[in-house]
Amino acid sequence: MTLLDVENLWVKFPSRHGVFDAVRGVSFTLGQERLGIVGESGSGKSMTGRAILRLIRPPGIVTADQISLEGEDLMQKSEREMRDVRGQRISMIMQDPKFSLNPVMTIGDQIIEAYRMHNSASKSEAYKKSLDMLNAVSIRDPERVMRAYPHEMSGGMGQRIMIAMMLIPNPQILIADEPTSALDVSVQRQVLSIMDKLVTDRGMGLIFISHDLNLVADFCDRVLIMYAGRIVEVCDADKLHDAQHPYTRGLLNSLPRLDAPCDRLEVLKRDPEWSKTPSVSARI
Amino acid sequence: MTMLDIQNLNVWFGHGRDRVDAVKGATFSVDRGDSFGLVGESGSGKSTILRAVTGLAPDWSGSIKLDGTELAGQREKAFYKTVQMVFQDPYSSLHPRHSVDQVLGETLYLHGFKDIDTRVVKLLDDVGLGGKFRFRYPHQLSGGQRQRVAIARALAPEPEVLLLDEPTSALDVSVQAEILNLLVDLRTENKLTFLMVSHDLSVVGHMCERLAVMKDGEIVEIMEVEALRKMQATHPYSQELLAASV
Repeated sequence: MTLLDVENLWVKFPSRHGVFDAVRGVSFTLGQERLGIVGESGSGKSMTGRAILRLIRPPGIVTADQISLEGEDLMQKSEREMRDVRGQRISMIMQDPKFSLNPVMTIGDQIIEAYRMHNSASKSEAYKKSLDMLNAVSIRDPERVMRAYPHEMSGGMGQRIMIAMMLIPNPQILIADEPTSALDVSVQRQVLSIMDKLVTDRGMGLIFISHDLNLVADFCDRVLIMYAGRIVEVCDADKLHDAQHPYTRGLLNSLPRLDAPCDRLEVLKRDPEWSKTPSVSARI
Repeated sequence: MTMLDIQNLNVWFGHGRDRVDAVKGATFSVDRGDSFGLVGESGSGKSTILRAVTGLAPDWSGSIKLDGTELAGQREKAFYKTVQMVFQDPYSSLHPRHSVDQVLGETLYLHGFKDIDTRVVKLLDDVGLGGKFRFRYPHQLSGGQRQRVAIARALAPEPEVLLLDEPTSALDVSVQAEILNLLVDLRTENKLTFLMVSHDLSVVGHMCERLAVMKDGEIVEIMEVEALRKMQATHPYSQELLAASV
């Protein structure tokens, strides 16, 4: 079943030196699966995620043949209608919990607000629901956390709180923009397994944006590899290590490996042809 | 021969009730020309050890010996001619309103070099940037280029020891490979001794010969990289860390 269908998405930023194309003609579909988007910084992966939620502000320009969520075209919606989509139907987890939680509101108030915004529930009901949600993301002593402010939390806890807050309205699609890159390796696995469990239990679609190839290969079902605003290759995550495109190969080979020591790491040689060839479609 | 010898190092911040012990009884030594890695999660005190060596952490006890001489109190100028540090974030470690020429020129001037002009050009060549970057400002450089400038600055006084604090964690994997190759080359050319901090075991495995695993301010295990490759960690925490990164 297709949840989201994106066709020919462009994101442009006019500047003094002409128009800069951040995303150039990207097409993909998302079902009830875990879709990974990987690429270097500046390859347009985060912009793709933001464009789906129409979060790109002027002077940025977003054009697309369609971005349809279960048949409804998001491009045609007004700002007011978009507000019902954001959070309720598509949620986004941002990269750094330090900057995405409100520093002057307690965590409890923020989660309750997120829940009551989309559901008509009494305060005590919302409080109970928030506690359950914090339990679901394995936070110990949730009552204390509900009363705490974001600066009292560690990075890993902050990110789990963000996940709790984004999942409490029960959206159909979750967009996670580098959810674990600010975290330690040991905490990373923990946060990912929590996210994985919640996504599978609820049958959501997940778009997982990351620059970490190994992580994506382990965690996702299907992977899009982006370079200079275009999708250069689409492959199944378990076959990522047999990828064909020279860019993907270059990225994989440039990682140091514990099991295969070498004197010099392979350096990526960029071919100007890569940015000229049209985007590969990832629609099914 | 031992270049850097650290015995029973304690570092703490604050005092009284607010005292935090960041490093507790760390002991290790690095031979001349060796490369030693420190790994562990954030807050385990690995960067604090580097800061204590350079004199950036005011409260510490124990003994730090550099090339046989005990370090104490304010570091002398000669110390910074032997030991230099490369910081984690190339976006904040360069002065935004100083050009590359000023950054390198000032360092050379402070260390009493006379032929500054030729040395700046040579330094830029050494780190693979070339003369055309000489009069640029940091905002005109990419992350990888900035980190090269930071490395050039650290190399300017012709040091013997380089302290590397997560030199590639702010960079993309493709750029990380370039910087790691550069560091390996510089080490063989200039016979440098490295003390490198990283949370990425595979990076430490690539760069170092020996490493120490840290947890909550204590060194739980010191091992050879060979043992790391064969997954022969003895302490349960290092085993856990190893399992999480393969």
